[in-house]
Amino acid sequence: MTSPIAGGVDCDLHPAVPHLTSLLPYMNDYWRDQVTTRGMVDLISQSYPTNSPISARPDWRPAQGKPGSSLADMQKQALDPFRVSFGICNPLYGVQMVFSEDMQDAFCRALNDWLVKEWLDKDARLRGSIVIPTQSVEKSVAEIERCAKDKRFVQVLMLVMGDMPLGKRAYWPIYAAAERLGLPIGIHAGSAYHNPPTSVGWGSYHVEDYVAQAQAFQTQMTSLIVEGVFARHPNLKMVMLESGFTWLPSYLWRLHKFWRGVRMETPWVDRAPLEIVRSNIRFSLQPVDAPPDPTTLNRLFDHMQSDELLLFSTDYPHWQFDGEEVLPAGISPDLVRKIMIDNPHATYTRLKQSVQA
Amino acid sequence: MNVQFRAEPAASVSVKTAIADCDIHPARATPSELFPFLAKRWHQHLETYGKHPYQGMMEGPPYPKAQPNASRRDAYPPEGGPQGSSLSFMQKQLLDPYNVALGVLNPLATGQGLRNQDLAGAICAAINDWQIEKWTSKDSRLKGSIVVANEDGLSAAAEIRKRAGDRNFVQVLLLSRNVEPLGQRRYWPIYEAAQEIGLPIGVHAFGFGGNPITASGWPSFYIEEMVGHSQCQQTALASLVLEGVFERYPKLKMVMIEAGFGWAPSLGWRLDKNFDRLRSEVPHLKRRPSEYIRDHIWWTTQPMEDPERRDHLFELIEWIGWDKLLFATDYPHWDFDEPSRVLPAGVSDANKQAFYLDNAKKLYGIS
Repeated sequence: MTSPIAGGVDCDLHPAVPHLTSLLPYMNDYWRDQVTTRGMVDLISQSYPTNSPISARPDWRPAQGKPGSSLADMQKQALDPFRVSFGICNPLYGVQMVFSEDMQDAFCRALNDWLVKEWLDKDARLRGSIVIPTQSVEKSVAEIERCAKDKRFVQVLMLVMGDMPLGKRAYWPIYAAAERLGLPIGIHAGSAYHNPPTSVGWGSYHVEDYVAQAQAFQTQMTSLIVEGVFARHPNLKMVMLESGFTWLPSYLWRLHKFWRGVRMETPWVDRAPLEIVRSNIRFSLQPVDAPPDPTTLNRLFDHMQSDELLLFSTDYPHWQFDGEEVLPAGISPDLVRKIMIDNPHATYTRLKQSVQA
Repeated sequence: MNVQFRAEPAASVSVKTAIADCDIHPARATPSELFPFLAKRWHQHLETYGKHPYQGMMEGPPYPKAQPNASRRDAYPPEGGPQGSSLSFMQKQLLDPYNVALGVLNPLATGQGLRNQDLAGAICAAINDWQIEKWTSKDSRLKGSIVVANEDGLSAAAEIRKRAGDRNFVQVLLLSRNVEPLGQRRYWPIYEAAQEIGLPIGVHAFGFGGNPITASGWPSFYIEEMVGHSQCQQTALASLVLEGVFERYPKLKMVMIEAGFGWAPSLGWRLDKNFDRLRSEVPHLKRRPSEYIRDHIWWTTQPMEDPERRDHLFELIEWIGWDKLLFATDYPHWDFDEPSRVLPAGVSDANKQAFYLDNAKKLYGIS
C-alpha cells in the first residue's frame, strides 16, 4: 500500500443533508410553507440509495441516519486519519431532480447556506462547492455570485447528467461567471433523471446506472471540448468528480482521431483535445477502476501522459476502498505529492486565499 | 482522414497476405432496388409514409455526415449510384487490391430502428434476400449479415430461423442504439435464435431508438455522435452482461462493430469493481463481468484507436487479447482504415495473421 502524506486536499467529500426538513431554516416563508403544506418528501437520488453498499463504506455507516450526515464522523473517519489540510464538500442532495426552476433555486440556496452554517463554520479545514439550479442559467449565475463572496466556496458543482449536454452555449454564462470568480466547475457523478440515465435508455439495475456514469463523463467531455468552452474560457478549470479515470487514455485517442478527421465542423477548437484536457480538465482519484496490480495501473498512468491530472479524494462516505488504502499501490512518492497537494492547489486557487473577504 | 490529398492507384497499396474485412457496407443503387424483394403493399407504403423511424428527419441522418453518405469521395461507382452500390467497383477498389478473402457485409439503413414493426420486418427480410441476390451469390468472398426487426423479438427470431444453415450469412446484425439497452428481455428471442442456428450477433454502432444519444440529452455535432458511439456501445455491452444474457445463452458470441475497442479493458475493470460491491443486486451472474466479456465478445478494429505512442496500442491490445480483434476497413465510409497502415511495426507474424484473418475465419466458421 502507498501511504498518504500529511497536508493533502481531499477533493471529494459528501456531507449529507439529513432530511429536506433540515433545510427549512434556510428557506423563506413561502418555500417553508410549500414544503410543509404539500408534504414534500426527502430528495434522495436513485444514484445513491441510502442503503446501497456503494453509498457508504461498511465501517463508515452510522448506526442511524444517513452516511455522511455527521461532522464528527467525517472528522474521525476522513479528515483526521488522512491528515488533510483541506476537504472540499460536494453535497449530493437531490435538488437537481426538481423540475421547477423556482423550487430548484430555493432548494439550492438553502443547501448552500446550510453547508456554510452546518459544516464550513464548524471545521476550518472544510471548503464548499456551490450547488446551482441549472434549469435556469440566470438563477445559477446569481447563486454563484452570491456564494462566491465567501472565499470558502472554491468550486461550482454540476451533475454529469442533466437536461442538456454541458458544452451547450446556453450554459456558457455559468462558465463565464466561474472563470471570472476563480472557481473551477466540478462535474460530479449523478443524474437529474430528466433524461434516461444511459445513452441507450433505461437499464434495469443500480449497478448499471453506476457503471454508466463513466460513459456520461465521456460524452460530457466531448461536448465541453468540441463546443469550444475552453477556447472561450481558457482559464476555466473543470474537475470530473467520482468519474473514474482509467477510461481516459483510450477515450482521448478516439476523440483525437475524430477531431483530426472532422475538425472542419468545429473550427473554433483551436487546440488538440489532448492538450485541452492537460491544461483545463482534472479528475478526482476515487474511484480507481483498475485491477489491483500496480503494473497495470502504472501502465495506465503512463498512457495518461501527465502527472497533473489527478486530485486526491476519498469520496467519503462512499465505498471505493478499504482501510487506509486510499492511494493505489505502487505509485511513486513524487506522484503522491502531486496528487495530494500540488495538483489540488493548482486547480483550486482559492485554497491559498485568505477566507477573510 | 476526411480529405483525400492525392489519388492512390489501387495496385500500389495491395498487400500480399489475405485479409478478412469484417465491416463492409453495401448500398442500394436506387431506393427501388429493394422493391423486387418487397411485397407491393410496402412499395406504396414507403412512397406515401416513408420509413417512420425513431427520429425526425424524413431524409438523411439527424447529424449531417462529414461527406455525402458518410463515404469516400473516390468510391462513387463509374456506372453511377452511391458509394458501395456496385459489386464490380467494390471488387476493383477493395476486394481485389487488398486481397480480401472474407468480406462481411453489414447493411445499414435497413428496416432496423423503425416504429412500424410490420414494415421493419418486411424491409429486413427484403434486405436479406437482396444481399444474396446482389452480393453473396455473385462473389463467394462476401458473406451477409441477417438484419432483423430489432424491436420485435419474435418476428426477428423467425427471420433468423428462416435463414438457418444458409451459408450466405455469417452473423445476425443489430445496432447499438435501440428502444432499450440491448440486454433487456424484449431482445432475448433474437439471442435465443442466433445461438440456436449457431451465428454470432454483430452489434454495429448507430441506430435510433427514441432515446437522446447521450445521458444528458442531444448534443450539437456530428463529431459528438461519432465519438459517442463508443459510449453507447459500452452501455449496451454493460446491459448485455448485467442482464445475464451470457448466462442464459452460454454459446452466444457477439461482435462489437465500429465502436472502438480501446474502452474494453476499462469497462471490464469498472464493471468488476462495482459487481464486487453490488453483486447482491444481480445474483443471476455467476462470474465477474470481465470474464463474460473475455469469453463472449469480439471487436472489429476500425476506427483504430490512435495513441501518440504506438507502444500504448500494443499494451491495450494485450489487455484485450490478440485473439479477439477482427480487422475491418468500413468500406466505403470516409473513415476507412487502410490495412497496410493500421498496425505499427513490431507485431509478431502469428498475431498479425490472427488480427488480419484467422480470428475472423474462426469466429465466422469459414474454412
